[in-house]
Amino acid sequence: MNRSPYVILKWVLIVLGAGGLLALAVKLALAGFWPWVVGIAFVAMCVLVVYGPRRGVPMKYLFPGLLFMIALQVFPIVLTVATSFTNYGDGHQVSKQESIDTLIAQSVQEVPGSPRYALSVAVREGTDPATGEPYYLLTDPTTKQSYVGDAKGLNPLPEAGLTKSDTGKITAASGYTILNARQVNARADLKTFAVPTPDGGGIKAVGLSEAFVGKPTLTYDAATDTITDTSNGNQYVARNATWVSASGSGASLPVGWRENVGFANYTNALTDPTLRTGFFKILIWNLVFSAFTVIGTFLLGFLLALLFNDERVKLKGLWRSLLILPYALPIFVTAIVWRSMFNQDYGIINSFVPGHIDWLGDPTAAKVAILMTNLWLGFPYMFVVCTGALQAIPGDIKEAARIDGASGWRVIRSITMPLLLVAVGPLLLASFAFNFNNFTLIFFMTKGGPFEGNQTSIGSTDLLITYAYRLAIEGTTPNFGYAAAISVFIFIIVAALSLQGFRKAAALEEVA
Amino acid sequence: MATQTQDVVVAPDAAHDVPPGVRPPRTWGAVLRYAGIAVALVYALFPVVFIVSSAINPGGTLTTTSLIPSGASMVNFNDLFALRPYWGWYKNSLIICGVATIASVFIGSLAAFAFSRQRFRGRRPGLLTLLLVQMFPALLTFVALFTIFNALGDVIPQLGFNTSAGLILAYLGGAMGANVWLLKGYFDTVPREIDEAAVVDGASHARIFFTMHLRLVAPILVTVGMVAFVGFYNEFLLASIFLRDVDSQTLAVGLYALNEADKSKYFGPFCAGAILASIPVVLIYLVGQKYLISGLAAGSVK
Repeated sequence: MNRSPYVILKWVLIVLGAGGLLALAVKLALAGFWPWVVGIAFVAMCVLVVYGPRRGVPMKYLFPGLLFMIALQVFPIVLTVATSFTNYGDGHQVSKQESIDTLIAQSVQEVPGSPRYALSVAVREGTDPATGEPYYLLTDPTTKQSYVGDAKGLNPLPEAGLTKSDTGKITAASGYTILNARQVNARADLKTFAVPTPDGGGIKAVGLSEAFVGKPTLTYDAATDTITDTSNGNQYVARNATWVSASGSGASLPVGWRENVGFANYTNALTDPTLRTGFFKILIWNLVFSAFTVIGTFLLGFLLALLFNDERVKLKGLWRSLLILPYALPIFVTAIVWRSMFNQDYGIINSFVPGHIDWLGDPTAAKVAILMTNLWLGFPYMFVVCTGALQAIPGDIKEAARIDGASGWRVIRSITMPLLLVAVGPLLLASFAFNFNNFTLIFFMTKGGPFEGNQTSIGSTDLLITYAYRLAIEGTTPNFGYAAAISVFIFIIVAALSLQGFRKAAALEEVA
Repeated sequence: MATQTQDVVVAPDAAHDVPPGVRPPRTWGAVLRYAGIAVALVYALFPVVFIVSSAINPGGTLTTTSLIPSGASMVNFNDLFALRPYWGWYKNSLIICGVATIASVFIGSLAAFAFSRQRFRGRRPGLLTLLLVQMFPALLTFVALFTIFNALGDVIPQLGFNTSAGLILAYLGGAMGANVWLLKGYFDTVPREIDEAAVVDGASHARIFFTMHLRLVAPILVTVGMVAFVGFYNEFLLASIFLRDVDSQTLAVGLYALNEADKSKYFGPFCAGAILASIPVVLIYLVGQKYLISGLAAGSVK
C-alpha cells in the first residue's frame, strides 16, 4: 500500500510517546508517587489502544484535547469541589496521623550526653536544592558508620560512593546533591525537619554540620486519643481538627489536620453573620459591576458605531484602528496606568477634577473609578461588534421605514436596535459572564480594596473571584476549603445566568 | 452597496437621511458628527498619550509626569533594562504564548474535525459537556492547579513552578473547550463532497485532515490563534502563581511587580516597558484586524 511510510511514522510516534510516558513513570516510581504511576500507565495504555488499531477514528482526534481537559480542567474542578467539603487551610493541611507524627518529631529535645552525628544536608540528584525532599547524610562519630535519613526513617548508607572529610562529614555521595551553607539556610522547612528513630525519638540538625539524637517531649495515646506533654504534664484532646488543651486554658498545638466538614463552608457563607453580610455585599457589587459594564460599554460602543457608520466620514479605517487601541493594549498596561492616573496626590485625573478625591481609598469613589476604567477598556469591543452588526442590517428595511415617514430616532429605536440586539445578544451575555470573573482588572486597580474599618477580608470593590483568591493565596491564614466553596458558588451563578442566556438567545433568534 | 445606488436615484448628493436641496442641516450634521468623532478619539487616546509621555519624560516618576512631557529621553528605558531582566520576560512571554497558542489551536482543530466530520456515540452530549465545563472558569481551579503542579515539580522540576513548560501545560487544559465550538462551525462550512471525493481517491482520514481541511479552514485558525495569543499574553493569575522567580516571569507578572515595588519612583520605567510590551499585541490587532473582528463577532471575549 502506498501509505506504508505513514504507518511507520505512526508507530514511531506511538513508541516515542509511550516511551516518554514510561520514562516518566519510572521517575515517579523512584520518587514513590504510586498513584501518579498508575495514572501515567493508564494514559500510556490509552495511547496504544487509541492509536494502535485502525478502528475508532473519532477518538484519535479527540484524545489529545480530552487528555488535557480531564487532567488539567475536569480533575482540578473535581478536586476543588472535594476541597470545598473540607477544612483544608492554614494549620489543617495534613492527615491526623501526620499531624501527630509532626508534632512529636518537632518536640524532640536533645538528651544530654547523647552522641552528635556529622551531618550533610542533601537532595536526590536531579531535584531542586530549594524544594526537593531533604535527606540527612549522617556519620556516627564513634562507629564511623554512615546513614541516610528522610522523613520516614533512618537507613544505612553503603561506604562505596562516599567521600568524607576528617570529621566524618560526607562531602560527596553518589545519587545525592549536597547542599551548600547558603542553600541550607534558605530552606525554612529544615528548621522543623526531624528524622524519626524507631524508639519514637528523632534526629534534628544543630547548625549546618551536626545533628543530635533526641527524645520527644510529646507522647500520643491512641486509646484515649490524647497527646501529653511529658515536660509539664499538659494534656491535649482532639477537637475541631485541632489539638486543644484538655484543661480548657492554654494554647492549642500548632499543627491540626484536614478533615471532612460536610456543607459547613457553604452554610457558613450563607448563615454566619459576618461571612453572610460580606458574601452578599460582594455578590451584589459583582452583579452591579458586570451589568453596568455590559450596558455602559454597549451603549457607548453602539453610539460610536452609529457615528462612524456613515459614508461621508473620511479616513474611517484610521479612526477605527485608533479607537480599538484601548482594547488592544494589554490589560496589565492599561489597568495599571489607570490606577496611576487615579492616584490621589499625583494622578492626572485629580488635576482636572476638583475636590482632591481619594479615588482608590474611598469605597464609593473606588467603585466609580473601576466602572470608569472598565468602560474605557470595554467600549472598543462593543464598537467593533456593533459596527459589524450594523453593516449586516439590510439598508432597504431602513429605507422602507423612512418612506413610511419614520423619524431618524424612530428608525434606530424600532428597526436598528432590535435587529442589532439579535446579532449581539449572545455577545452581551458572553461579556457579562467574562466581566463577572474579571479578576485581572480588580486585582490591578484595587486588589479588592479599600477595606473599611478593621475588616481585612472583605473589600469594597471585591468580586467573588478576588475574594476567593485572597482567602486562598494572599491571606496570612489561607482557607482553601472556604475559597473552594466560593468557587463553586461562582460556577453555579455563572452557569445559571448562561443557561438563562442561551434560552433568551434562542428566543431572540426566533424573532429574526 | 444597494443603499448607495438607491441614494443616487433618490438624492444625488448621496445623503440619504436628508431631503435633496436642504443644505444647511447636512453641514451642521457633518460638523456635529466630526465633533463627536473628535471627542471619542480624545477619550480613547488620552491615556495612551499619557503612557507615551511618561515613558519619554526624563523625570521618570509619577509625580513629574503629565500629558505633555517636559522633554524627551531614553532614561526610563535604560533604567528599566538595568532594574529588571526585561528582555528575559519578553522572551518568556513570546515563548509561552507562542507555544501555548499553536498547541491549543492544533488540539482544538483536531477535536473540531472529529465533532464536525465524524459521527459517533456521545457526540452531542460531548459538545454540550464542553460548554458546561467551560462555565467553570479555569481561573477558579487555581488552588487545585497549585497543588497539582507543586507535587509535579517535586518529581519533574522541568514542569514545576518557575518553568515556562509547566505554565504552558496548565494553559493547555483549556485548549479543548475554548475554541471547539467556533472551529467546528467553520469546519461545517467545508463541503462534504470534498471529503467524499478524497475518500474515493483512496486518501486516509489523516491525509484529509492534514492536507485538505487544515488548509481550507486556515482563516479561522488565524482568528482563533490571534484571540488565544492575546488571551495568554494578558493572563495574569496563573502566571503570577506559577512564576515566582523573577527570571522566569512573563511581561504581565514582571511589569506588575515592578510597578508594585514603587508605584511612583518606577512609573517611568514601567511605562517604557509597557510600550514595548504592547507592540506584539497592537501589531496583531492592526495587521489582523479583519480576522480578529470576525473572531470577536463570533463571541471571543478577551
